[in-house]
Amino acid sequence: MLDFMPKIPVAEAIENATDWITDAFSFIFQPIKDDFGDFMDWTADMLAAIPPIIVILIVIVLAFFISGKRFGLPVFSLVGLWFIYNQGLWEELMSTFALVLIASILAVIIGVPVGILMSKSKIAESIITPILDFMQTMPAFVYLIPAVAFFGIGMVPGIFASIIFAMPPTVRFTNLGIRQVSTELVEASEAFGSTGSQKLFKVELPMAKGTIMAGINQTVMLSLSMVVIASMIGSPGLGRDVLSALQRANAGTGFVAGLGIVILAIIIDRFTQNINTKKAD
Amino acid sequence: MPVIKVDGLSKVFGKNTKEALKLLDQGKSKEEILKETGCTVGVNRASFEVEAGEVFVIMGLSGSGKSTLVRLLNRLIEPTEGSVIVDKEDLATVDKETLRRVRREKMSMVFQKFALFPHRTILENTEFGLEIQGVDKETRSKKSKESLELVGLGNYIHQYPEQLSGGMQQRVGLARALANDPDVLLMDEAFSALDPLIRKDMQDELLDLQESMQKTIIFITHDLDEALRIGDRIALMKDGSIVQIGSPEEILVNPANDYVEKFVEDVDRSKVLTAENIMKRPETINIEKHGPRVALERMKDEGLSSIYVTDRKRNLKGYVLADDVSEARKNNISDLSEILKTDVPTVTKDTPMHDIFEIIHDSHVPIAVVEDGKLLGILVRGAVIGALAGEGEVNLENA
Repeated sequence: MLDFMPKIPVAEAIENATDWITDAFSFIFQPIKDDFGDFMDWTADMLAAIPPIIVILIVIVLAFFISGKRFGLPVFSLVGLWFIYNQGLWEELMSTFALVLIASILAVIIGVPVGILMSKSKIAESIITPILDFMQTMPAFVYLIPAVAFFGIGMVPGIFASIIFAMPPTVRFTNLGIRQVSTELVEASEAFGSTGSQKLFKVELPMAKGTIMAGINQTVMLSLSMVVIASMIGSPGLGRDVLSALQRANAGTGFVAGLGIVILAIIIDRFTQNINTKKAD
Repeated sequence: MPVIKVDGLSKVFGKNTKEALKLLDQGKSKEEILKETGCTVGVNRASFEVEAGEVFVIMGLSGSGKSTLVRLLNRLIEPTEGSVIVDKEDLATVDKETLRRVRREKMSMVFQKFALFPHRTILENTEFGLEIQGVDKETRSKKSKESLELVGLGNYIHQYPEQLSGGMQQRVGLARALANDPDVLLMDEAFSALDPLIRKDMQDELLDLQESMQKTIIFITHDLDEALRIGDRIALMKDGSIVQIGSPEEILVNPANDYVEKFVEDVDRSKVLTAENIMKRPETINIEKHGPRVALERMKDEGLSSIYVTDRKRNLKGYVLADDVSEARKNNISDLSEILKTDVPTVTKDTPMHDIFEIIHDSHVPIAVVEDGKLLGILVRGAVIGALAGEGEVNLENA
């Protein structure tokens, strides 16, 4: 009874669309793949070129000040980073960090303005919200397929997939943060004759900062969670070790690489959270 | 010339505003309109004028539309109909640029919950209005400091709002509004969030400031005592409409309808009524014309034990007691000045009833109400208590 219609060729349509986009926009994708890829490699190389001891020292000093001159985070950073170095995963760590860093920065650069747009326009909100839902619930692997089609394999498609997967929290929290600014404060800024952008930059964004930072924290964490998945399309880093351990059923090396990701995640999380609470005081 | 002239200003919330306005014209009530169109009438055809230097109070219970009305004045809420004329410009229709200029230069607002920016220091909060006008840092800092000095917060400029008490925070709110040097101050329940003692201080301070600044103030409140205390004129609102506009006395003494009457029933009249409102036409005798015989007769007629004595021009000379007068008659003294008593308890016509109590309590003769030495009227204990109880007997003709 349900068979009144032949199968709708959605998959074919998407496939064709992807092919078409790949062809039609190759003049954009190609330079992104080449130049951005070079930039990514350069960033990762630069990070890897810094002697590990200096990186560790910088992290410890930053951790000390960011966590309000307490010793927990610096000690954890020291032990954690030394452990990764000790396991011979330093270069992978730097690759992973480069990927997370750049994916997060791009996600924030795109996400915050989109969130602002959403907060200012009901229509934009009603259009963007379902798109965000889609982006977050679609299995992350699925993004890898067009990403490879557009950008080939390597770090660039990994970044592309990470941005799509990790951006929604920044957008949502920016929207939420601005909408939560108390009516009286918004009225006050308007009553004194603010222009739209004065209201945004002098009142709404500073007031929403805490919420936006919470969103950014989520974005960073999500993009970190993409590194393992992105390694399936050739992104270098700790994820690749996890993946190869999986393929060889090697529990030991898999665990060590996974632990490296956890350590990086904890350090990044505490850093972004502490920046947030410190500024909110 | 009025500073603000509001004419037929209305706000209908909802989609079908045209229909709702039509129903309003037909005299339908707020509930009926809500039922028929789904629209809420916020403000219904408010019209009033506010003169320069006047404290105009808009009062009503919550939901009466007073906060909406004040927001229509600076167009934080878009009016559905009507006009707000400030300086020949109708704010209800001007373009955004002009509206912004008016908000920056002519009207400032003080908010119920202070609406201070928590991420800015007190000084930065006060500077806000000037900052968005693009005033240079030095000037705005100087003006803001002056303005903070004015409200007595000169020492707190580098604190953050959360470090200050409620009363101090609202002083900052006031300083921030004053820093722009606006013609009009809109104060939306500005003191309602403060506890009663602080509120009274703030009212006094506002009145003090007003004496030197002479701003035009539109003050929203739900507290009638507050309205009566600070208002030169009061507009009473109910269900979005203004039901009466008048001076505090007029509203108290001649409520326009049952609603206003109910409202003013609970008021502590002693704070509002002055000697002028409760004084009586005095029985007097003329010292230049009359002797003890006339005095005694007049007292007997009126059942008085004492009578005030004036000269021909009604300048108050003193009073005489009935006992003294009959004594004088027996002794054939014909000049009243020999028995005249001059320890007269006097007040002016503006003395509030509150202060009259103490005087009348200690006095065995009625109190004289005097102006420039002339006797205007007398205050009898019974009438004072009567007026306090709200029993008629209060006249405004003298006002």
